[in-house]
Amino acid sequence: MSQISAGAPKEKLASRTAAMIVMGVSTLYFLVPIWWLFIGSTKSREQFSSTAGLWFADFNLFTNIGDLFAYNDGVYLRWMLNSIIYASFGALLGTLFAAMCGYALAKYRFPGRELIFNTVLGGVLVPATALALPLFLIFSQFNATNTFWSVFLPSIVSPFGVYLARIFAAASVPDELLEAARLDGAGEVRTFFSVSRRLMTPALVTIFLFQFVAIWNNFFLPLIMLRDQTLFPVTLGLYTWNSQVNQIPEIRTFVIIGAFLSIIPLIIAFLSLQRFWRGGLGAGSVK
Amino acid sequence: MTTTSVPRLKARRTPVKHKRAIAIFLAPFAVLFAAFYLLPIGWAIGQSLLVVERDGTFGKPVEVFGGLTQYILVFQNEAFWASVGRVALFGVVQVPVMLGFALVLALLLDSPLVKGKKFFRLAFFVPYAVPGVIAAIMWGYLYSPNLSPFAAFTSGFDLLAPETVLWSIANVVTWVYVGYNMLIIYSALLALPTEIFEAARLDGANQLQIALSIKIPLVMPAIVLTAIFSIIGTLQLLAEPQVFRSFTSSVSSTFTPNIAVYTTSAVPNVSLAAAMSVVLAIATFVMSFVFLKFTQRKGDK
Repeated sequence: MSQISAGAPKEKLASRTAAMIVMGVSTLYFLVPIWWLFIGSTKSREQFSSTAGLWFADFNLFTNIGDLFAYNDGVYLRWMLNSIIYASFGALLGTLFAAMCGYALAKYRFPGRELIFNTVLGGVLVPATALALPLFLIFSQFNATNTFWSVFLPSIVSPFGVYLARIFAAASVPDELLEAARLDGAGEVRTFFSVSRRLMTPALVTIFLFQFVAIWNNFFLPLIMLRDQTLFPVTLGLYTWNSQVNQIPEIRTFVIIGAFLSIIPLIIAFLSLQRFWRGGLGAGSVK
Repeated sequence: MTTTSVPRLKARRTPVKHKRAIAIFLAPFAVLFAAFYLLPIGWAIGQSLLVVERDGTFGKPVEVFGGLTQYILVFQNEAFWASVGRVALFGVVQVPVMLGFALVLALLLDSPLVKGKKFFRLAFFVPYAVPGVIAAIMWGYLYSPNLSPFAAFTSGFDLLAPETVLWSIANVVTWVYVGYNMLIIYSALLALPTEIFEAARLDGANQLQIALSIKIPLVMPAIVLTAIFSIIGTLQLLAEPQVFRSFTSSVSSTFTPNIAVYTTSAVPNVSLAAAMSVVLAIATFVMSFVFLKFTQRKGDK
């Protein structure tokens, strides 16, 4: 007994140190690239290549931002705005539709219910990029490629959202509550929007965030669909700039600062909504 | 499972209630799913069965039914299969490394050994907020032989050479997704009842033993989920290598299956590209499905 109590703290200290070293090194791995991007954004073009990459030179962040916003008639701001519109409206509608569908699959019994659910589940396994080319072909039948809708509409669909919504609705909306609402004479649809929606909020925030990230990161669909650069999301815009760096060297500063600014909205969204999605994230795997 | 079968039997006998509400709930998603998931899949299959024929050299090209001609061309297309082999190799190495890393971090976060959990959890998750395209641009500069802050290393060891670029891309993907996968596993760990660990600790088990013999088996479903999404992601690999094409010539126009699809459709050889898409989608579907079934059966034992 005495041997164990003497050995335990030492062993504990050793494993504690080892654990903290792993955590520390991992933190560096994850954050140094972003730190570099931030430092790079604060430097003038000359200093970007001539000074040490991980520390400040002259602080030119705001001049750089001003130049970026002015370049090419402010096309960068346009891209950011496009990304925000595609992602926020797309995720909002996508979450609403997925929640309604998942809710119906969880809370009502009707023929074909399992068939619908399994089809949707199959949809989760179909890679979205495999759909990009056929979507292009379909939209070109209607002369609708290179339009806002050609990128916006397909990104509303979230089979994974339906899957999550079903699990959550089954777990968090008690049948007794729905029965009580029925006895009170409330309609089914009204009950969903007034009662069930509130109980499903953590799930809905999770679905919204997943969908938002998926649309914000979407690259293949806009790459295939869009020619007009005023419709580009910021990912596609920065991609085209980056592939022009060899011809137009001064554009490199804009790629760096543009990349840095483009990740800020998502980081803010995650930080501000974390109390919601942290609870929801594990849900898909609990089942 | 047995408790749910009773009300289901009962429901079959009674007529469906709330038909109108069910229709209202299902309709919006169903319409969009049909239009932007099912229709494209059908369309891709249809397009892949067509071939282009011309009347003489200067005749108007006409698309006619060609049966499985395009699929034969896909199976004969060496560049396409080389790209499939490349992502397969990528997946076999990168997915286990990434998930292993994520699992270790999740277990450490869940153990009493680590202080400042909130900070680490956020720090590891931040890269997930960086889109693949942006992450690839950033790492492209970090790999660059002269602009990198680690130029002392990268100028001597070319991370963008044909032999190394696949693993440089693997690092980008790992960097973005470790934190995300870690959080999924960590949430599953948090959901476990703590009494089990208390009992094991009283029996003299140390943290490592608890992790290996209790925690990991219990969070296996979460790990399986992350594995499936990672497999799907690997076969879809597009943005990162496509960005790297502007940093190095080591990434060819058929580097991954999706880049091959994109290149082929731009030729334009739409039917062949559609056939490639179909093959790719089926392969992804089958692999995730088999993996899911395989691990489920193992778990049931």
